[in-house]
Amino acid sequence: MNVRPLEFRTARSTAEATALWAEVPDAYYLAGGTDLLIQMRLGRRSPARLIDLKRIPGLSAIEVRGDGALSIGACVPLGVIAAHPEVRARYPLLAECCLAVGSYPVRNRATMAGNVCNASPAADTAAALLALEAAVEASGPNGDVVLPLAGFFQGPGKTVLPAGALVTALVLPAKAAGCRGSFHRLSRRRGVDLATLGVLVGRHAAGGAGAHRVVLTAVAPTPLRVPAAEALLDRQGAAAAAQAAEAARAACKPIDDVRGTAQYRREMVGVLVARAAAALG
Amino acid sequence: MTQRITVRVNGIPETAEVAPDRTLLTFLREDLDLTGAKEGCNEGECGACVVLVDRKPINACLMLAVEADGREVVTIEGLAKDGVLHPLQRKFLEHQALQCGFCTPGMILTTLGLLAENPSPSEGEVRRALSGNLCRCTGYRQILDAVQDAAAELRGTGKGAAR
Ligand SMILES: Cc1cc2nc3c(=O)[nH]c(=O)nc-3n(C[C@H](O)[C@H](O)[C@H](O)COP(=O)(O)OP(=O)(O)OC[C@H]3O[C@@H](n4cnc5c(N)ncnc54)[C@H](O)[C@@H]3O)c2cc1C
Ligand code: FES
Ligand code: FES
Repeated sequence: MNVRPLEFRTARSTAEATALWAEVPDAYYLAGGTDLLIQMRLGRRSPARLIDLKRIPGLSAIEVRGDGALSIGACVPLGVIAAHPEVRARYPLLAECCLAVGSYPVRNRATMAGNVCNASPAADTAAALLALEAAVEASGPNGDVVLPLAGFFQGPGKTVLPAGALVTALVLPAKAAGCRGSFHRLSRRRGVDLATLGVLVGRHAAGGAGAHRVVLTAVAPTPLRVPAAEALLDRQGAAAAAQAAEAARAACKPIDDVRGTAQYRREMVGVLVARAAAALG
Repeated sequence: MTQRITVRVNGIPETAEVAPDRTLLTFLREDLDLTGAKEGCNEGECGACVVLVDRKPINACLMLAVEADGREVVTIEGLAKDGVLHPLQRKFLEHQALQCGFCTPGMILTTLGLLAENPSPSEGEVRRALSGNLCRCTGYRQILDAVQDAAAELRGTGKGAAR
């Protein structure tokens, strides 16, 4: 599969994992492997060493912290996240986005940290994570860092994660609990294909100014929040659905590819934002 | 460079030397001669390669054999006991839920995972769980019927899908 000899190492702690990464050039962390193994097969990545993270104790836990935030370990598979009672009760939009990824067997392997680190513009979990203002916790060669998901994505496959840093958890703040709305996603084959585009419209429980979230996927180099559309919904609620849709159409920068044309994507962003905003009631 | 792994496959401990880039699918098919799991697409899209690892259905084409070290794998070959088919296998036959049979091992193992989590799935839940499994022959109706019939039988015996 790999074009050069591959070494497989199992890390037992985050410190061991980052040390194994630093030892050789072209080392890659391995979580579910649902992106990485395919990229290796296509020749887009050719690691000299894979560092398996799944046996690091602690990375497979979902925990409520003292401040009420929910921490989701980097190696928890998407299927487990979507079924978790805390996620379903407090962050239903995240459960919905996790279930949008791949098929049932894929979700038994694929992780949210992998989805975020792979940084596809179409990453489904990014829609909810941006709306909920999640934070990425990582452990790197130069110590631990906490990075807001806002600003994390820099372009297709590019993030601000320092080289060699290992994401340990994604953390959802307590204040984002109860954010409701819907995620609308178009794809060529439901259940397996990446999104042609995705639209999430949500409203935080506290209401008032700053309560709305409009997030778009697969219509720009990164998943995208649209503050102009959010502000319109903050002021006028569902009555501003059509204007919010127009603001989202203006904000997106879609491209033509095998999944759809730029024009189709822009049109559908308008349709889906209007629909999701109206559904907020 | 190879690595030594020990995997329980259909209840039998197997120790082997494998190259780190060998997939679990290739390991099962070529090293253990368990050809029930099929290679359809080799990229996670078709579900023909699905096996259970620690009781969860996964795409064996997207997992390395070395990742299975210490794990428990169940393939279609492990379902029948003493020549008696698992109820789900029998229901697939009764409902003619297979023609060429290429998709069948993956369909059955994915369904077993679903029924272990949810013994009474709605048709919509079965359709969603099987959305990563392609069948080019049956048109799916017979598969959905076989799954519901088997689920009812498994509920009746109180044995559930797990064995
Ligand atoms: C059939 C199929 C369907 C798919 N459908 C969808 C879909 O609908 N929507 C979607 O968004 N995606 C989809 N994907 C893509 C993929 O499944 C997801 O992006 C998945 O969440 C990746 O997670 P993983 O654990 O498998 O990542 P891996 O493949 O293990 O890793 C991905 C990348 O992230 C890095 N990485 C992983 N974990 C960490 C960590 N903790 N710290 C630092 N770096 C890390 C790896 O080095 C690698 O570069 C699909 C894939 C397949 C095969
Ligand atoms: S061969 Fe694994 S999903 Fe197609
Ligand atoms: S029976 Fe032929 S692919 Fe399903």
